[in-house]
Amino acid sequence: MTVTSAVKDAWPPGGPPPLAVDLTGVSKRFGHVQAVRDVSLQIEPGEIVAILGPNGAGKTSTIDVILGLSTPNAGQVSVYGMTPRQAISRGLVSAVMQTGGLLKDLTVRETVEYTASLFAQSKSPDEVLSRAGITGIADRRVGKCSGGEQQRLRFAMALMSDPELLVLDEPTTGMDVEGRRTFWTAIRQDAELGRTVLFATHYLEEADAYADRIVLLRHGQIVADGTASEIKAKAAGRTVRATLPDASEGALREIPGADQVEIRGDTVLVHSSDSDAVARYLLTRTQARDLEIAARGIEEAFLALTGDDPLPDAMNTGAS
Amino acid sequence: MSTAPSTVGPELSTRRPPAFGGFNLTALKLEVRRLLRNRRTLIITMIFPVFFFLIFGLNSKIANQSAGAGSHGNISAFVLISLALYGAVFATMAGGAMVSIERAQGWSRQLRLTPLSPAAYISIKVVTALVLGAGSVATLFIVGLLTHKASMPGYLWIVSALCVWIGSLIFAALGLFLGYLLPTENVMQIISLILTLLSFAGGVFIPVSQFPTAVQDIAKWTPLYGLNQLVHTPLLGNGVDWTWAVNVVAWLILFVAGAIWRFRKDTARV
Repeated sequence: MTVTSAVKDAWPPGGPPPLAVDLTGVSKRFGHVQAVRDVSLQIEPGEIVAILGPNGAGKTSTIDVILGLSTPNAGQVSVYGMTPRQAISRGLVSAVMQTGGLLKDLTVRETVEYTASLFAQSKSPDEVLSRAGITGIADRRVGKCSGGEQQRLRFAMALMSDPELLVLDEPTTGMDVEGRRTFWTAIRQDAELGRTVLFATHYLEEADAYADRIVLLRHGQIVADGTASEIKAKAAGRTVRATLPDASEGALREIPGADQVEIRGDTVLVHSSDSDAVARYLLTRTQARDLEIAARGIEEAFLALTGDDPLPDAMNTGAS
Repeated sequence: MSTAPSTVGPELSTRRPPAFGGFNLTALKLEVRRLLRNRRTLIITMIFPVFFFLIFGLNSKIANQSAGAGSHGNISAFVLISLALYGAVFATMAGGAMVSIERAQGWSRQLRLTPLSPAAYISIKVVTALVLGAGSVATLFIVGLLTHKASMPGYLWIVSALCVWIGSLIFAALGLFLGYLLPTENVMQIISLILTLLSFAGGVFIPVSQFPTAVQDIAKWTPLYGLNQLVHTPLLGNGVDWTWAVNVVAWLILFVAGAIWRFRKDTARV
């Protein structure tokens, strides 16, 4: 078996390594629902990236596009410089999905052996069973395993081809706290070997604890992309509330340190990581009065960033 | 942002897809094992045909009578071939219909995250069905040999077994069609019901010649009729009626077309 042209093209001798994931202007629509809007996302090999957002934000739809399980209506997808299918057939990408995907009538070991048999190159079943921490239940029927055990089996199957990129779609849904911790410990140990990891979650603390980089999705769009501390700085901070008739949004955005601005009738709300500067500005440079400053927690801030209130530009979606 | 570890590069270019689209003997072995773990499949393919042969095939009133003018064997041999056909057809239908269970459990989707190609997947299903069919026919024929009632020349044991086994392959296509059509984990119950109806209608249990004339005319259009006639031809030595072959080919085309139609719908990229 020879290396196909797709791989050769991706590997000009001496050229830079291709991106693990390269999405350009990807949109995905299901009927009238615009699940993914113009998402561009570049992931370098070795990164650990969390896609964070509430249910319905488009996390799974984005992952399905990366895995080639669905084709986007617009935009380009490439994985290690290839199509998702080419990357999967070479064992470069594997995934742990939320639910299903297991045969109840096979044992844990048989499931891993079956998966191993489908790849040109694979690890030994014993090795992945041990890495996923399920050697002890290898001879148990899958149908008799708990949710957490099944999830670790999915992880073992995903490790089988020793993939460059591991994709996890809300991998800890339905697990208890202990199961969640054990699972992430296994993933983290694995990522230390240099594997690229992309996971979707709606738990801020999971993204914070395990990702180098967080991509915030809201209504199918990327609303923030940065390190955990960058996202937290953006999400944390305080909101300054004041009465200011005839305020202009444009002028408010010019206030040093303001990162979010909202006008409700005569009331203005300015969010900033430097609320003192915003307050000083409002009191000295404008007619603002009745000033209030309120802090918001990270969870609340995350909700604010990804919340369900419609975006202005989310209204004119229709069929395009 | 972290940069690429240098070890990733050379590794990437050595990656290759599997041979034969992922078709392999380990997967085949595990698929056969799964089929045998399904109690209903095991009973219908291995135990039912033997049980009915012991009752009807060894019935001393008729067993030793000639299977017909010019035939090379007795009624016991005739019944043996009929029941082998029933067992083998269930085996191949069950093998094909496994896709229904796999779709319901999300395994088909999981397989799309592996190098296994759709053609290799279907091939594994069909070969698994044939292995089970061979097991079913062999079990019954060995019981037939050991009970010393069924009588036909030695070569006809082999020719009849092969005709039944290869002919049953047609019903792997029906199994696949139903497997893609029915999104249920109870597909085995449904196909056992369908097979029982088809077997009665096609004359596998009672010869069509014993039906009323009006019913005979309908029976000749059903899917098992042509195949049932053809697999008994070597024993009866009465020549092939072209309508039997037309029946077999027409139903094969319909089953394959149905399976392809549902398969395309199922694997369409959304």
